[in-house]
Amino acid sequence: MRKSGLPWKPGSLQPAPRLARRKTEKIRGKHAALCFATMAVMLGLPLWWKTTETYRAALPYSQIGHLDSMLLRLRVPVSVVFIQGSLPIVDQQKLPFTVVNERDVPLKCKMKLKCRFQLAYRMAGSHEEKAFKKDTIEEAEAALPLPKEDTLGSLNIFVIPEKSSLLPKDKMSYIGPKRTAFVRGTQVRQALTVMGQRILQVAQSMSLTDEVLAAALGDRLPEDKVSLDKRRPLKSSLGYEITFSLLNPDPKSHEVHWDIEGAVENYVQPFLSLLSVVGNFSMDSQILYYAMLGVTPRFDAASSSYTLAAYSLPHVINPVEARLGSRATSLYPVINFLLYVPERAHSPLYIQDKDGARVATNAFHSPRWGGIMVYNVDPSAYNTTKYPVKVDVDMVPVMEVFLSQMRLLFGIPPPQMPENFLLGDPPREGLRSWEVDRLVWARTVENVATVVTTLTSLAELLDKIGNIVIKDNVASEVYRAVDAIQEAVVELSAGNLELAFRYSREAVTSSEKAFFDPSLLHLLYFPDDQKFAIYIPLFLPMAVPIFLSMIKIIVENQKARKDIEKVD
Amino acid sequence: MAAPLVLHLLLALLLGSGGRSGAEPERDSLREELVLTPLPSGDVSATFQFRTRWDSELQLEGVSHYRLFPKVLGQLISKYSVQELHLSLTQGFWRTRFWGQPFLQAPAGAELWVWFQDSVVDVDKSWKELSNILSGIFCASLNFIDSTNTVTPTASFKPLGLANGTNHHFLRYAVLPREVVCTENLTPWKKLLPCSSKAGLSVLLKAERLFHTSYHSQAVHIRPVCRDAHCVSVSWELRQTLTVVFDAFTTGQGKKDWSLFRMFSRTITEACPLASQSHIYVDISRNSQENETLEVSPPPTSTYQAVVLGDRRTYAVYDLLNPATFSGSRSLNLQLRWKQFQDIGSQLVPFLHAQRYVSGYGLQKGELSTVLHNTHPYRAFPVLLLETVPWYLRLYVHTLAITTKGKENKPSYIHYQPAQDRLRPHLLEMLIQLPANSVTKVSIQFERALLKWTEYTPDPNHGFYVSPSVLSALVPNLVGAKPANWEESPLFSTMFPVSDSSSYFVRLYTEPLLVNLPTPDFSMPYNVICLTCTVVAVCYGSFYNLLTRTFHLEEPKRSRLVRIAVKNK
Repeated sequence: MRKSGLPWKPGSLQPAPRLARRKTEKIRGKHAALCFATMAVMLGLPLWWKTTETYRAALPYSQIGHLDSMLLRLRVPVSVVFIQGSLPIVDQQKLPFTVVNERDVPLKCKMKLKCRFQLAYRMAGSHEEKAFKKDTIEEAEAALPLPKEDTLGSLNIFVIPEKSSLLPKDKMSYIGPKRTAFVRGTQVRQALTVMGQRILQVAQSMSLTDEVLAAALGDRLPEDKVSLDKRRPLKSSLGYEITFSLLNPDPKSHEVHWDIEGAVENYVQPFLSLLSVVGNFSMDSQILYYAMLGVTPRFDAASSSYTLAAYSLPHVINPVEARLGSRATSLYPVINFLLYVPERAHSPLYIQDKDGARVATNAFHSPRWGGIMVYNVDPSAYNTTKYPVKVDVDMVPVMEVFLSQMRLLFGIPPPQMPENFLLGDPPREGLRSWEVDRLVWARTVENVATVVTTLTSLAELLDKIGNIVIKDNVASEVYRAVDAIQEAVVELSAGNLELAFRYSREAVTSSEKAFFDPSLLHLLYFPDDQKFAIYIPLFLPMAVPIFLSMIKIIVENQKARKDIEKVD
Repeated sequence: MAAPLVLHLLLALLLGSGGRSGAEPERDSLREELVLTPLPSGDVSATFQFRTRWDSELQLEGVSHYRLFPKVLGQLISKYSVQELHLSLTQGFWRTRFWGQPFLQAPAGAELWVWFQDSVVDVDKSWKELSNILSGIFCASLNFIDSTNTVTPTASFKPLGLANGTNHHFLRYAVLPREVVCTENLTPWKKLLPCSSKAGLSVLLKAERLFHTSYHSQAVHIRPVCRDAHCVSVSWELRQTLTVVFDAFTTGQGKKDWSLFRMFSRTITEACPLASQSHIYVDISRNSQENETLEVSPPPTSTYQAVVLGDRRTYAVYDLLNPATFSGSRSLNLQLRWKQFQDIGSQLVPFLHAQRYVSGYGLQKGELSTVLHNTHPYRAFPVLLLETVPWYLRLYVHTLAITTKGKENKPSYIHYQPAQDRLRPHLLEMLIQLPANSVTKVSIQFERALLKWTEYTPDPNHGFYVSPSVLSALVPNLVGAKPANWEESPLFSTMFPVSDSSSYFVRLYTEPLLVNLPTPDFSMPYNVICLTCTVVAVCYGSFYNLLTRTFHLEEPKRSRLVRIAVKNK
């Protein structure tokens, strides 16, 4: 071609027809090369693209993007009822009306969080008035007609006359075991504003306290807002398995009997039935023999007892854990409660705190894992020649400890109220209704936050790694999660806590299912060097000639144009 | 003979009731037992059995409280509605011909068979999940159990415990002959024992010694049993068994004598305080009355005589719960000394034993043969033979031949389920009558299938395992046996339910087979890619050149002339 590409050589003796033939031949060659190139581009490329494509179903990327910077508004509906005489007459005439109080919670991330207390003020009806004729506050509370709105998350606050004898003199307000509170009224000017502040304080401590938000949001809060003790409650889950284990390391000396059936039925079951909104609970118990703690206790000669120091407690759990057995039949997190009866050679055994003082309960708990209690055998039992000594565990103190540990593990710490608040005793089951509400608030916010993180990181991951296959079922789970989370946000701002919680749980389930779907991993690890090992031998011999002839055609065209210009 | 036995039982009962001081009796109990049998070949077999019995309805949902019964297994039973579960993990092969009939044989590798309750809707799904969970509990590769190695035998595996119906649709059976058993399987097994490995017989379970043996088999059997003689209510029984065969020659420096310490490098110091019965039995049957051939020390407190596996056996019994056992020294180190050792030749070959082998040459066809021996001098008995063959060996059923003494032997029952590629294996079950003193050969030809590239195991040239055949038979007794009280007789004799006194049930496994399949060169796909690419490149290149280049004639003469002209100038 090169040779034929040098036309009009001086002195060339080419006859005209031969020249013409060569020219047409050249044009034909050019056409053929172009044809190859177009075929490769039009047919080959799409074919290659289509056959090597990874299937990626469409995902709602923009919606997920919006989730990251969404506004989460937590609405707490509070109905405030004024009893006759609790307000100046002037203010009474303004009722009923609704006040909205909104508070921003600063967060580290783009998400915005607002707590909105919606206080609906009204005067008391005749039924309610009657209840406040009682002598004590508990009776008054019991006599109150059932409020119309006694749903999860709602609050009822009654304002009683300033001079009322229902409350002790030094107390400003009373918080009952249900979703009810009493606040002392006032007769000062601008009474409604003053009362508003008081009511808000009560409402806040019954629902969205800083502790609740800290438990729910964890790392998202600015550092100074995170509560000082790093008590981390169990993560939100659909269910929990609770295992009670009795450790008897010395069955030769102790024959330990515990009435766990009765204890579970009388103490744990009622407690957990109140928490059933949060998840399913299953319980079992076992007795483990020859299960030792990982630490040898230190002998304390002064009290002739053995002690476990606080710093050695972290080493106690691991060796025991191996014996506890794995959860075979469900994927829910397990909470362990161990009752340890120390061997005879090491009893009595006491746990020391950091300052060296004995822990009164002789128990400790490990966040997100469970609790351990040491149960010492009465030393007088050893005054016998017959071994093993029969030990009947007194389940009441044991269960008291375990239940209080359970509260801590679930993130329901004992409420801390300002001085002038009177706290009603919890009901027999051990949990006040508003404490459960606080837990549900925390869990809902936590769920929403978790889903947002899961979905955004999933979207980011899928965006970054093009190799990941997105199957239809994964996509549908993502859609479901996005829908559910949006529903949950809507319900939260409407004040329907129960629905919001249900939606948030749905969203968590779907988003986790999508995130952990094994199909995502199928092609993830297909290495690029293998791909090139296959492509290069195939494409190099094909592509190089096409490229070369293309370049040549372009060069020739340019040359031809130049020649024409020259001729001109 | 019966007097000491009764006395012994009485003693055991008294001790048992004395252990629990009044109050309500516990609803679960533990019995542990070790049987030491000097084998005809001179080796020693040790069989541990730990039985936890729980008088409770495990199937009921809700809160469950466990004491001796392990929680993990209890949860498993109630969640998957298991009727019976038998899992064994075995390293080595029990050589029936030389070692005699075992109490409980297991095939090499892992074996799992489960009867589900008839309330289970999707048996296959439960089976899959159950095997996955068991795989986690015992650190074994039971998760490789899938439809390609699972079968549903129709006759061979009947429930061993109480069962209402025996609809075999609720049974699943799988063997993984490739499974290697090691310490990591023993540790979780030991963890299930109430006394762990801290007291009682389980102290002897030292992994280092247990795996330095010719045969190691550990098993878990769960089944419902009658709570009492009236059998109104059900109790659950968990049996953990472990059988090891020590090569007496290598452990004993050339002598056949043995002791607990020499075998396990441990001695027993105390009984498990949780056990209601803790016995060691030593087989001293060969100590005939005329001449004393062996001596055990310390001398046993009692002896036990029974018809075990068709033969009359005498056992020296050591009761660990009896303080007198440890009175001499602080620890019990059982020893056996031979005064005169009998050779293998003089020993009786068991009535039933079998071998299996694969024959043929080349990589296309082959033949599976199972040889069944009945050495009983005058009694014929039927044998149920179960063969499971993986789908990649395609059986030719028309070549199935069963010959005894040169004549064809027609099976009275035959069940054949053909394989489906990549879905299920072949299942062949036959009831064959074995005439007295005969050798029966069952053979079937097969063709090897080609596997897909990804279906080969990591080391395909090692070969592919074919699970052993299973023989179930009622073998006639040599001597008549009296039906014994089931709950009071030693554990080793109560694994299989006894129906009549003239015969005993035996389940034997043959050797697993290793078959070579045609194996490709695994770098082949890359070679193929490179080759095709080269061919494409060459063809395409020339084709492209041909089409796009223009060709014309050169005039070499002229150019040369020009050159010459230039030169001459």
